[in-house]
Amino acid sequence: MKGQITEFKLVSGALVILAIATATLVAMPYLILRDVKPPAALKPYTAQQLRGRAVYVKNGCIYCHSQQPRDPSQAPDDTRGWGRPSVAADYAYDSPHLLGTMRTGPDLFNIAVRQPSADWHLGHLYQPRAYTKGSIMPAFPFLFTKHNGPPAPGEKAINLPPEYAKPGVSVIATAQAQDLVAYLLSLDHSYPVLTADDQVHE
Amino acid sequence: MTTSVYLLMASFVLSLAGLFVFIASMTRGLFGSAEAGSRVIFAPDEENTTEDPAASATDQARLQAQVRVVAPASTVEVSRAELASRVKADRSSAGPTLLCLSLAVAWLVLGSLAGLTASLKMHWPDWLTGPEWLTFGRIRPAHLNMVIYGWSSLAGVGIALWLIPRLLKTELVGGWYAYVGALVWSLGVFIGVLSILAGYSTGLEWLEFPLFPACFLVVGGALMGVPLILTLRNRKVQHLYVSVWYLGAALIWFPLLYAVANAPGIHFGVEQATMNWWFGHNVLGLWFTPLGLAAAYYFIPKVLGTPIYSYNLSLLGFWSLAFFYSQVGGHHLIGGPVPTWLVTLSIVQSVMMIIPVFAVAVNQHMTVLGHFRALQFSPTLRFIVLGAMMYTLASVQGSIEALRSVNTITHFTHFTIAHAHLGLYGFFAMVMFGSIYFVMPRVIGHEWPYAPMISLHFWLVLGGFAIYFVALSIGGWLQGLAMLDAKQPFMASVAVTIPYLEARSIGGGMMVLGHLVFACHFFLMIFLRKATQEGPTRFGFPQLGPIGATSGST
Repeated sequence: MKGQITEFKLVSGALVILAIATATLVAMPYLILRDVKPPAALKPYTAQQLRGRAVYVKNGCIYCHSQQPRDPSQAPDDTRGWGRPSVAADYAYDSPHLLGTMRTGPDLFNIAVRQPSADWHLGHLYQPRAYTKGSIMPAFPFLFTKHNGPPAPGEKAINLPPEYAKPGVSVIATAQAQDLVAYLLSLDHSYPVLTADDQVHE
Repeated sequence: MTTSVYLLMASFVLSLAGLFVFIASMTRGLFGSAEAGSRVIFAPDEENTTEDPAASATDQARLQAQVRVVAPASTVEVSRAELASRVKADRSSAGPTLLCLSLAVAWLVLGSLAGLTASLKMHWPDWLTGPEWLTFGRIRPAHLNMVIYGWSSLAGVGIALWLIPRLLKTELVGGWYAYVGALVWSLGVFIGVLSILAGYSTGLEWLEFPLFPACFLVVGGALMGVPLILTLRNRKVQHLYVSVWYLGAALIWFPLLYAVANAPGIHFGVEQATMNWWFGHNVLGLWFTPLGLAAAYYFIPKVLGTPIYSYNLSLLGFWSLAFFYSQVGGHHLIGGPVPTWLVTLSIVQSVMMIIPVFAVAVNQHMTVLGHFRALQFSPTLRFIVLGAMMYTLASVQGSIEALRSVNTITHFTHFTIAHAHLGLYGFFAMVMFGSIYFVMPRVIGHEWPYAPMISLHFWLVLGGFAIYFVALSIGGWLQGLAMLDAKQPFMASVAVTIPYLEARSIGGGMMVLGHLVFACHFFLMIFLRKATQEGPTRFGFPQLGPIGATSGST
């Protein structure tokens, strides 16, 4: 019958439509963003920070923490200390991207500015509720080891608030925990950048 | 930047024009035969005959009385050869369908247990923190991947494989591809989930599987599509019913989507984020939605014995769904560091989604209109009609959620999670439950052993899901409002959600119970096969007409 949907029309239609979607959402961003240069103030990750980033990825921090502060005109992210709105260049060294879609916990794009203490981060990873009342962040005891007596030389012991510390027991941060904290402390994007709007006005 | 805006506008106008030319070219000559097209799913003696293999004998009679007061005229003589060919067509898909559905149900149980664990961990943050693989950030993606790739995809393909011979009125050709495909696919899901739990996730939402298991999904997905192509070449019908378009397109789309998304070494930084949501939303729009709609477009008219309301509308619905849905992904990045035009394009297309949703809603609901009491007697219909309603709700909600003003509140909150479950569970899983209830007696050759378990399943998942959805939507909305209020500390946005997260766990627990009931019933049905085969069967082959007898009546 004439005018019926044939297999040929179905397949070609399906492919054309997918191609259009891929062009707009994948290919065009690829072409536009390919030439974005990293800001001079943004340093590439060190080897330890990259290892820490992998710990962040494998334990799924992304499911509760975003890394994309919004514009003050949209949301008070800046007021909360989460930093200026991020731009594409801020992510020049990021693979995989960790923009996130959820804020069960706060945005972490500038956590190093807000919370620069490595000791705080280590203790907080071991028991979040020791530092933030009402936190629902999971504790990560598997990033730590425990033993009786004082820490051996070279071991990184954490200092818990008294009500959470067991006397005589040392809680030692594993290499993974230290790497993760090194990564968190690299999350400082407080340097100034030109936004897309500024570039247009120039 | 301006060049890209012009380019984009030009391509937008061009593609819109193309879409309408496309639809026009296909409606030519179709207006006359539309009625005939919608009747393709009925054999000459089948129209006006209601059918639900999952209903008890009494309910089947009531169902028939409800839809058609006069008993169907059994004037159409059906030859023995015709009946035998129908039985053969049904038998040809039984094996692959049974394999896909069994794997799917197993994944459903595992996946929902993981989901419940993740849900409990949200308000019991010190529960099960010891083992690394049980940490929230691993068990949550394990849940997601098991329910979407394990349960939903395999259920969708299982039903698709069963529908293909029905829709093309011939035997399934190349069933072996489906067997191998389903096993390869399931192995991929298995390796992928283990990888996530062991800490080898890629870190991209919806794409957590590492490259190795991801390849299994591309290959397995492509293999499962082969029988459709082979059977199409062998088909006995002129007209391709609307469900075939949905199935055909979906089976082409998925392997391409998944392959592009997993292509190593291409994606970077923010581009990777746009790709991530291009995929994340297309896997819903171009994979699950068409699989679910294909089933709904078949089973609703089939159970009622009535053709769908407007066949032409379904044509518009199909192409506009494909076009608009494929470009909505950017709405996950509203307010993010991505080009503004991209986000705006996605918002526009999200709102345009009202067109295909309207087409489907009118079609499916107008078909059911006036037959609502039939839901009482048909388990299949109860699940599928409910699912179709949730599709409309989820889609309209999605269009509204994409608006910048609403998104500012709901983005980054549990509201989005509730919405995702309305689509994938309220719509897709419900439609699949209904379809499985219809299909399994045909596949196995005897009825569901314990009818009350079907009701128990229905009420548990419906009640559980209602609690889940309402609680999480309210909690998410309040969370969003608290987060936007600079005067409140961030922790206020956490505290406000706690009672709702607890309610979600209760709802989720009921859903898991429902799944356990369903899975027990499903596997009992398979293992009790021998025991019940000796007794009289209410249907199965008999309902098609006993092969030895001359009459086609039940």
